[in-house]
Amino acid sequence: MIWDLHVHFSNFKGRTPHEKMANAVKFADRMGIERFMLYLGFPPHPEDPTPEGLTKINNQVLEALQHWHHRAFGFVYLNPNHLEFSLKEFDRCVRDGPMVGVKLWIARKCNTPELDPIVERAASTNAVIFQHTWVKVTGNRPGECSPSEFAELAARHPAIPIICGHTGGDWEHGIRAVRAHKNVSIGIAGSDPTNGFVETAVRELGPERIIYGSDAGGRSFASQLAKVQGANISDEAKKLILGENLKRMLAPILKRKGIEA
Amino acid sequence: MIIDTNVYVSRWPFRRLHGDEIPELIAKLRSHDVSQAWTGSFDGVLHEDVAAVNEQLAESCRTLGQGLLIPFGTVNPTLPDWQEDLRRCQENHKMPGIRLHPSYHGYTLDDQRFFDLLRQAVERKMVVQLALNMEDERTQHPLLRVSEVDTAPILRLLPNLPGLRLVIQNRKRKPSGKLLGRLSYHGEVYFDFAMLEGVGGISKFIEEIPGDRVLFGSYYPLFYFESALLKVKESELSKAQRDAIFNGNARLLLEP
Repeated sequence: MIWDLHVHFSNFKGRTPHEKMANAVKFADRMGIERFMLYLGFPPHPEDPTPEGLTKINNQVLEALQHWHHRAFGFVYLNPNHLEFSLKEFDRCVRDGPMVGVKLWIARKCNTPELDPIVERAASTNAVIFQHTWVKVTGNRPGECSPSEFAELAARHPAIPIICGHTGGDWEHGIRAVRAHKNVSIGIAGSDPTNGFVETAVRELGPERIIYGSDAGGRSFASQLAKVQGANISDEAKKLILGENLKRMLAPILKRKGIEA
Repeated sequence: MIIDTNVYVSRWPFRRLHGDEIPELIAKLRSHDVSQAWTGSFDGVLHEDVAAVNEQLAESCRTLGQGLLIPFGTVNPTLPDWQEDLRRCQENHKMPGIRLHPSYHGYTLDDQRFFDLLRQAVERKMVVQLALNMEDERTQHPLLRVSEVDTAPILRLLPNLPGLRLVIQNRKRKPSGKLLGRLSYHGEVYFDFAMLEGVGGISKFIEEIPGDRVLFGSYYPLFYFESALLKVKESELSKAQRDAIFNGNARLLLEP
């Protein structure tokens, strides 16, 4: 069973969300991916979206999911720079809608207190929280948080599970930054398939805190699956990373929504 | 059966890797039905004494390679008497080609020394592999940052280098678009897909360049070998296209 934490519309052919979804599912089938989490709408993705922009993006995802509930789940894209609106958008898409998680990107540094209400609102419905992180030697974008900054957010909410997206890109740095925070899982998507990534993560975090994702279609499913399927770890650890950890994290909200998966 | 055109031995400077010992590298390649691996040395990226690097590479391939590892030596055209390194690669070590790392050796492709090296490689009928990247620019060591090699000058060189057989490795973003196609149509230029990204990437790639110019390259052991393998699976390819990518194109390239 493979569940993919991290899929966007980018690079999937199609003029409409339905067409893009059909293509995404075609590739997922080819690679043995049973379900994937979809977030952000059509590219280009605004880094600091307006409320109208958020609504448009999230509606594209909602539309894409209409006929594909058995293959994909949606995460709502929120912007802490528009906090009140984001909380309402969360209610619309997750509490009262079909989505099951929150995507936070680079609109604002994630260690700032404006994220706390979003995290708490998400936790109140057991929604999965995904925060993008990178640490770039070339320099981060203004609102782009590093894994160390992400760790500050995680430390403020030690009882709430949170996913450190991309493991900071520089995974040797990222794993170290979140290691002490037991509520943090790492998403391994969206970086080169560098040999040793997943082995290091298993050694330092344990397999239960690692979640496969691809960042397709910008990335290939292939290169990201290889991080797990090519890793020198046990088959049991691979099963956890490829799907069981994500399924376990989603179980409370799926149960709340009456979804069997 | 696979001919992997992008394999390295020895140590990557910044971490130990599963597969950086030759016996485990061979075992990994054999487990995936690799019958031949064109093999460079990580030492060639930073060591100045490339003659020693090449000697050790040739010796390792000969004594430990089990007939699978084909050495591709390093030549750094910014070093004095690089011509002797090239000569030894061919005449002493019987290497069919060389692998270049311009960004780490500090030259651009419009450098006259690069042209001279290509010309001598042509005269010797050697394949030239050109590594555009070794890792993501964003995750490089802060004290050793290099940019992706700019391939634009190659197009100007090709008319003056008939017979050149050039393999572009680890392409990420460049060359892109029109240049990519022009390179493959104006010269015998090949590409691997170790760093090619995007879903269904190989299918899209062969819309831009002829399918007979695509080579299987895993970039193992710095990358998981399975990445390249799964990219072939992910793309919708005919059996003939898969066979060409797995081994046919590389076999033809190395034929005298």
